[in-house]
Amino acid sequence: MAVHDKIKEILAEQALLTPEDVADTASLQDLGIDSLGVVEVIFAIEEEFSISVPFNANDPEASNFDISSVHAISAAVSQLIAQQSG
Amino acid sequence: MTNRVVITGQGAFCALGGTADAVVNAMLNGTCAIGQMDFPDVGRLSVQIGAQIKGYDANALFTRSEQALYDPFTQYALIAAKEAMAQSGLTLNDALALQTGVVLGSAGGGLQTQDQNYKTVYEDGKNRVHPFVVPRLMMNAASSHVSMAHGAKGPCFTVSTACASSNHAMGQAFQMVRSGGAQVMITGGSDSMLCFGGIKAWEGLRVLSPDGCRPFCETRNGMVQGEGAAVFVFEELEHAKARGATILAEVAGFSMTADAADIVVPSAEGAARAMAASVVDAGLNADQIGYVNAHGTATAVNDKTEVAALRTAFGSAAEGMAISSTKSMHGHIMGGTGAVELLSCIAAVKDGVLAPTVNLHSKDPACDLDVVANTARENPVEAAISNAFAFGGLNAVITLKRFS
Repeated sequence: MAVHDKIKEILAEQALLTPEDVADTASLQDLGIDSLGVVEVIFAIEEEFSISVPFNANDPEASNFDISSVHAISAAVSQLIAQQSG
Repeated sequence: MTNRVVITGQGAFCALGGTADAVVNAMLNGTCAIGQMDFPDVGRLSVQIGAQIKGYDANALFTRSEQALYDPFTQYALIAAKEAMAQSGLTLNDALALQTGVVLGSAGGGLQTQDQNYKTVYEDGKNRVHPFVVPRLMMNAASSHVSMAHGAKGPCFTVSTACASSNHAMGQAFQMVRSGGAQVMITGGSDSMLCFGGIKAWEGLRVLSPDGCRPFCETRNGMVQGEGAAVFVFEELEHAKARGATILAEVAGFSMTADAADIVVPSAEGAARAMAASVVDAGLNADQIGYVNAHGTATAVNDKTEVAALRTAFGSAAEGMAISSTKSMHGHIMGGTGAVELLSCIAAVKDGVLAPTVNLHSKDPACDLDVVANTARENPVEAAISNAFAFGGLNAVITLKRFS
């Protein structure tokens, strides 16, 4: 839960919204976050959770990091934390 | 005053080779100089490939006191300028020295010097840096040292427009000779950003490829950095003829535009305007352009936008243009890249040999023009254009014509 809330906070800050306005099902596009914004969000996520996110802006689909919705991002981040801890 | 401008000397130094001839031959052989990079802390980078100059021994070319003043980007520019001036056969007497200038491009300037010295004071905790840090890192260091090495006392400055730096620089040099502001201009560009800080900054943008530079290919996944320099001698035609100089090509046109749109995403409209206007400036028609050295970075966005821009600028004439991105071989040399790429345009108009785009496995349907794939092609070309499109939406396109 903590991860999910933190992701919402990061996205809200990027989108100039409050965390309550960030729906689980929203896409980054729904939130008005453009391609440069995505790169900033990923940087913020890496810093917050001390993880490395495999993401290539040239080919987001092939990056093995699902950014299709807020929920998907949370799930992907939780998985990376599990993989990269310890 | 409208003078004709010709190229009477060329020099180059990059991962493909130590002279202009070596670089051009490597391009025509489809040599890919991209590989694992080697410098301190490279292991902490997520992207470790680049077109790095290997086996370079600065001690063999520069004295200890020269090296104290020359960042690698200055060293590379000096090496290339020396070759270009030697080929031109020019010696600058007192009168000609006043009519000879230097304009070079660079995106990073002495970035390695900054990187090393920040490390010294912040990471190593030292309270003292070498006394020449400032004259070593300044953007105009390479232009100034080239002017000193050859005694060029005319207009001298550095242009910094990211990836378009050397095309903008050569455009300035061209316009200066054409307008009568100088008889001779030593021009091109150099960059050397293959160090930990230089690559780490690029990693952040998430546009570098971890595994190779594949322009126009369906499998392309980003750009790959390179380093080096190329320098040319641009000379007023009658001056060159009067002294019996060998003329490599004519610089016929130049145009520059701004997208005024986005700081990183290129616009086809801005690029198309620059290409079309450069050909008009050269007094040519689109169907006379036989070769395009593309910007071709191998990012997802650039290559398809560039192909769309070619179609917008030239309509059906774009179908008749052979296109290649030599970045697939020498990497993206940033502020020096347009200069290194001009070598392939000179080879195209002078010798009718077209350098390939290597690593092209299967062409992206969105890049459906005549890409010279993997092996060089022989085909006489009357005129060629060289594209450079920088972050910041700055476009600079040079048109070369076979000299006759």
